[in-house]
Amino acid sequence: MEHNNLNLTVKVWRQKNSQAKGQFESYPVKNISTEMSFLEMIDVLNEELIVEGKEPIAFDHDCREGICGQCSMYINGKPHGPWQANTTCQLHMRAFNDGDTVVVEPWRAAAFPVIKDLMVDRSAFDRIVQAGGYVSVNTGNAVDGNSLPINKDKADASFAAAMCIGCGACVAACKNSSAMLFLSAKVSHLALLPQGEPERHSRVLNMVAQMDKEGFGACTNTGACEATCPKEISISNIARLNQEYLVASLVADK
Amino acid sequence: MLDAKIPSGPLENKWTEYKGHCKLVNPANKRKLEVIVVGTGLAGASAAASLGELGYKVKAFCFQDSPRRAHSIAAQGGINAAKNYQNDGDSVFRLFYDTIKGGDYRAREANVHRLAEVSGNIIDQCVAQGVPFAREYGGLLSNRSFGGTQVQRTFYAAGQTGQQLLIGAYQALERQVALGNVTMYTRHEMLEVVKIDGKARGIIARDLVKGTLERHFGHAVLLCTGGYGNVFYLSTNAMGSNVTAAWKAHKQGATFANPCFTQIHPTCIPVSGDHQSKLTLMSESLRNDGRIWVPKKQNDTRVAIDIPEEERDYYLERRYPAFGNLVPRDVASRAAKERCDDGYGVGTSKQAVYLDFADAIVRYGKIEAGKEGRSNVPMDEIISMGKQVVKEKYGNLFDMYEKITGENPYELPMRIYPAVHYTMGGLWVDYELQTTVPGLYALGEANFSDHGANRLGASALMQGLADGYFVIPYTLGNSLADEIYSKAVETSHPAFEAAENEVADRINKLMSIKGKQTVESFHKRLGKIIWDKCGMARTKEGLEQAIREVQALKKEFWSDVRIPGSINEMNPELDKANRVADFIELGELMCVDALNRNESCGGHFREEYQTPDGEALRDDANFMYVAAWEYKAEHEWSLHKEPLVYDVVKPSQRSYK
Repeated sequence: MEHNNLNLTVKVWRQKNSQAKGQFESYPVKNISTEMSFLEMIDVLNEELIVEGKEPIAFDHDCREGICGQCSMYINGKPHGPWQANTTCQLHMRAFNDGDTVVVEPWRAAAFPVIKDLMVDRSAFDRIVQAGGYVSVNTGNAVDGNSLPINKDKADASFAAAMCIGCGACVAACKNSSAMLFLSAKVSHLALLPQGEPERHSRVLNMVAQMDKEGFGACTNTGACEATCPKEISISNIARLNQEYLVASLVADK
Repeated sequence: MLDAKIPSGPLENKWTEYKGHCKLVNPANKRKLEVIVVGTGLAGASAAASLGELGYKVKAFCFQDSPRRAHSIAAQGGINAAKNYQNDGDSVFRLFYDTIKGGDYRAREANVHRLAEVSGNIIDQCVAQGVPFAREYGGLLSNRSFGGTQVQRTFYAAGQTGQQLLIGAYQALERQVALGNVTMYTRHEMLEVVKIDGKARGIIARDLVKGTLERHFGHAVLLCTGGYGNVFYLSTNAMGSNVTAAWKAHKQGATFANPCFTQIHPTCIPVSGDHQSKLTLMSESLRNDGRIWVPKKQNDTRVAIDIPEEERDYYLERRYPAFGNLVPRDVASRAAKERCDDGYGVGTSKQAVYLDFADAIVRYGKIEAGKEGRSNVPMDEIISMGKQVVKEKYGNLFDMYEKITGENPYELPMRIYPAVHYTMGGLWVDYELQTTVPGLYALGEANFSDHGANRLGASALMQGLADGYFVIPYTLGNSLADEIYSKAVETSHPAFEAAENEVADRINKLMSIKGKQTVESFHKRLGKIIWDKCGMARTKEGLEQAIREVQALKKEFWSDVRIPGSINEMNPELDKANRVADFIELGELMCVDALNRNESCGGHFREEYQTPDGEALRDDANFMYVAAWEYKAEHEWSLHKEPLVYDVVKPSQRSYK
C-alpha cells in the first residue's frame, strides 16, 4: 500500500476532571504516516507531550478493532470521524490531508458527563440494560438449543440489532441526545426472538422509563443516529421500538 | 505441593461423580457468603451471573467503563460444542481427544474431558439467553469447521461470536446487578490479593477515576482476568489486557504454570510500521475457504494476480494433505515463518503470505448459478455471485481488512502473518479451578488448565463459559461449605491495611522516579526482546540472553520511567506503568520456563528439538509435566512438577499429514 507522511494540527478538548471547565488546545503533529490509525496518531502526540513534561490526552480505547465500543471521539464534527460505518479506532490517517486541522471533542450529552479530556461516563447505558435488557433465564435451565427452530430471517434481523457495540455515537450525533437507537437495538434483538417473548411488554416499558430517567432526549426522527452508527444499526428498529412500546402500554397490567 | 485433586474413577464418570458428592451450601448460608470476581469477560461475567443467581453476594470488578467491553468481545470465529448436529461423527470423546491432541499432549485429561462434557450445555444456555447464533433455513443452528478437527462443531454468529456470547453473559450479569445480587465496580483495577491466615480474603483495588485505593472483602476471590499476550507489546489483545491481577496472585503464593506456552495465531494483518500499537486478527474461519500460498520463486516481486497458478506454492496443502489449510494454529504459524525466513514472503516487508479467496469465490458462484439451474454462465457473473456469498459469510472481516490496509480483499488476496493471540499458560489450578492459594481461583484464559501447549480455534470461548457457567458454581460451593461459620472480615483488619500500604508504597515509588523514558517505550522494548527470543522459535542461547536483557530493562524501568500527572486522579499512564512493571517480571519467567523445557511441543518451539522435517519434537520421557513456578524472590523461582498421566489417550507424534 502506498503511503506518505502528513503534518497536521490537532485541536483537542482538554478538561482536567468532571468539575473543571474545559477548553480547546492546539498541538502540531509531524510526520504522521497515512498507514497509522487515528489513535496511533494520538499515541504519537501523547508520547511527545510526556517527553515535554505535559499531560497526555486521556481517551477511552481498548480493543482497537472496532468491536468493544470503548473509543468515543467526536472528530471534525462527527462521532468516530469522517468514514462511514466506522469506529474511531478503525479510522486511518489516509482519511486526512497534509496541513489539515483536526478538531477532537468528547461525546456531548447531559447523560454522558465528561470524566477527563475525551473520556465520558456511559454507565447510563448499563443501567438501561439493567432495567430489562435480558432474558430472565438462570444458568442450567436451558433445553436443547435445537429444540426451538427460529426463522432464519428473524434470527438474522435479531443479530443485526444485537451487533450494537454500545459506543454511544448515536447519542452524540443526535441534536436531542436521544438514546433511542441504542435502546431500540436491544429491544429489537430480544423482541425478534421467541426467547424474548415472555418479558416482551415489561422489558420495553421498563427500559424506556430508565432511559427517560437518565436524561436522554426525545427522538425527532432526524436519522443522524443511523447515519453515524459504526455498526449500521437501522433506524427501522426505532419504529419497532415505538410499536412495541405502544402495544405494551395498551396491554400491560400496570 | 501440587495436588490436582482429580477425582478417581473412569474418565467419563469423574465429573458426574464429583457433582454427585461435592459439598453444597444451603440458600440461607449462600446469602452470608461473599465472592469477589475480578474481570468480566466470558469467564468472569458468566461466573458472577451464575453465582449471583445461586444467591451468593458477589462483587465484580473490571477496568473498562462497562463489563460489556472485556476483550472476549473481540473473539470472531466461533465456539466449539460436541453436539453432533451435523451427524458427522462428533462426540464428547472426539472433542476431548482433538483438544488433547491439539494441545500436543500437555493438558490434563480430566479437565479437558469435563470441558467437552459441558460444551453442549453452553450452547443451550446461550440460545436460551437469546444469543443470535447463525441458523440454517430450517431454523436450526448452523456449524462450520475450525482448525485441528475433521468435523463441523463450531457454532458462530457471523464474525462476532465473542461479542454475542459476551453480551449474553453481560445481560445475565446486569440482571443480577438489578436484582441486587451482584455489585458492579467498573473502571477499577485489582492491585493486590489480601491473605488472612493463608487464605485469600479480599483484594485492594484502585478506582481509576478518582485514583484512590479501596479494600474489598470476599470469602473467595475469583480471577477471570484473561491472558498475558500483551507482554509482547504487539498482539491481538486489547490495549488494556494485562497480567497484573494474576501476577499479584503469583507473588502472593499462587504458582504460575507453563508461562512459555503462548499461541501465535497464523492469520493476522501484518505489521506496517514502528508506530503500530496492536495487531488485528483475521478469523481462523477464513481458512475454511481461503487458501494460503506464497510464490514458488524466492523474492518474487510480481503482484499476486500476475503469478500464474503453476508458480504458486500452496504449502499447507502440500505439507499436510489430510488437514490442508485447516492444520492447527501452531503448525500453520511455523509453516508461514519457515516460508518467509527462506525468502518466499510477499508484500513490502516480505513478512507475509497470501490468504486467497479467488477459488472459493468461483466455487460459490458456480453453486449459485447451479441453484438457478443455469449453465454457460459467464465467468464475470459467476465471480460476482460468488463474491456475494463470501460477503455474507465473512463481510465484516473483509471490511476490517480493507479499513486497515486500504486494499480490497475481494479483488486481491489478503496478506497475513502470524501474531501473538492467546496464552495457554496461566495460574496453576486444580480440578476445582483453585490456585495454590486457598480461596483464590482462576477461570478462563487466566488459568493454564485445558489447552496444553496449543489451543484449538473456537475453544477459548468454550472454556471461558464452561468455567463460569458450569464448573465454578459446583466447585466453589465445595470449599465455601466449610466457610459458613466464617463471618465477613472487617476491612480495617491489619492484613487489609498492610496490603493497601504495600500498594500505596509501590505507586508512590513509581511516581517518584520522574525519569526520562515513557512507559510505552519500555513496553515496546520488552515486547521486542520477548518476540525475538521467546516468540515463534526459541534457542538456549537466545533465552539466556533474553533473561539478562529483561533483568537490565527492569532496572532501567525502575530508575528512569517517567509518569506524568499525580496519584489521586484519573491517570492512564500510571495505570499502564503498573501493568508494564508486572509484564517485565513475567517476561523473565516466560524465558526461564522456555529455557527449562528442553523439548518442542505445540506453540513452544525450541530450534534444538525438531524432527528432520521441521516438526516439533516432544520429549515425553522427561517433560510430560506441567511446570508450575513458585515465586521466591526477585529473579528467583522454584519449579514444581505436576506429572501428566494419560489413562485414556495414548500420546504420539502429532500428525496432520
